[in-house]
Amino acid sequence: MSLLEAFLRRQRRQPSGSSAAIARERLQIIVTHQRAGQNDPGYIPAMKQDILEVIRKYVHVGEEHVNINFENHDDVSILELNVTLPEDRAMDVDVS
Amino acid sequence: MARIIVVTSGKGGVGKTTTSAALSTGLARHGYKTVVVDFDIGLRNLDLVMGCERRVVYDFINVINGEAGLNQALIKDKNTDNLFILPASQTRDKDALTPEGVDKVLTALSEEFDYIVCDSPAGIERGALMALYHADEAIITTNPEVSSVRDSDRILGILHSKSKRAEQNLEPIREHLLLTRYDANRVARDEMLDVKDVEDILAIPLLGVIPEDTDVLKASNQGIPVINIPESNAGLAYDDAVKRLLGEQCPMRFLDVPRKGIFQRLFGGQS
Repeated sequence: MSLLEAFLRRQRRQPSGSSAAIARERLQIIVTHQRAGQNDPGYIPAMKQDILEVIRKYVHVGEEHVNINFENHDDVSILELNVTLPEDRAMDVDVS
Repeated sequence: MARIIVVTSGKGGVGKTTTSAALSTGLARHGYKTVVVDFDIGLRNLDLVMGCERRVVYDFINVINGEAGLNQALIKDKNTDNLFILPASQTRDKDALTPEGVDKVLTALSEEFDYIVCDSPAGIERGALMALYHADEAIITTNPEVSSVRDSDRILGILHSKSKRAEQNLEPIREHLLLTRYDANRVARDEMLDVKDVEDILAIPLLGVIPEDTDVLKASNQGIPVINIPESNAGLAYDDAVKRLLGEQCPMRFLDVPRKGIFQRLFGGQS
């Protein structure tokens, strides 16, 4: 490889667009997520789904608007539920 | 008391058996009495990679069930002193691997050997859990590829929660990252995650980097651990990894694209 070639190759390398960079980014996200959920009780995903369905009876929310956190401290476990309500609030649902 | 090392990964096909064969051979060559145990019940492969498939009479499950003694089942390696193989059963299913049985066999081996290398099956089922349960050290075999890295992270989580050391709040398992099938050329072209990326994501100390090498297949074809193939890059890299495992410092090799010498440039040759 000539010097010029090496130089051009270096120029072409775009760290954020290369497939290795994409792999790195995807992995960072998935691994963080995986570690966060590691100590959760197994029922969390199903419970999240149920809670989501109940909320959806009244407001339009997506999966991304419901955040469930499970923390284990010495002698107490905390289940934290965070729902981000959309701007236009409740839709007209016939609850009768 | 033997030191128990599990070779694990989560994902299949990343090189666990190749690694188990190479590391156990390396440890034995350093003079340590070593046994390598195949935990892949029903799908044994270690015997083939070690080249002793025709000498298997009794296996791990036979010993657990009391159908054979440990010394009847252990196969002495023909080429390397101090090295023994305990093959898996090819006919039983994984349920034959009971926690009590594994405990009994490892305790007995522990009295005779310096190192017990446990070759884990893929997955996170019983066989894999049994292989890692008693470990003092874990070698996380990983390819520079997304699914392998994710599975390795998952296995690390399991080591932290389901191993004996975790359950009994003992000193944690010593974890080592072993990056296999590393292709420096593709890394240079930004087509492959580099060592640093995988190290950062998994956040465990690096034991070694094994380059992609055609000799690995040539070795398994012949039933020779690749560490015994003279001058093979993968073999040399395993040699280094064994030294590091034993506490020696040695620089990482094969991380950069090999530079062609002047003669190779003029006359060509394999890159």
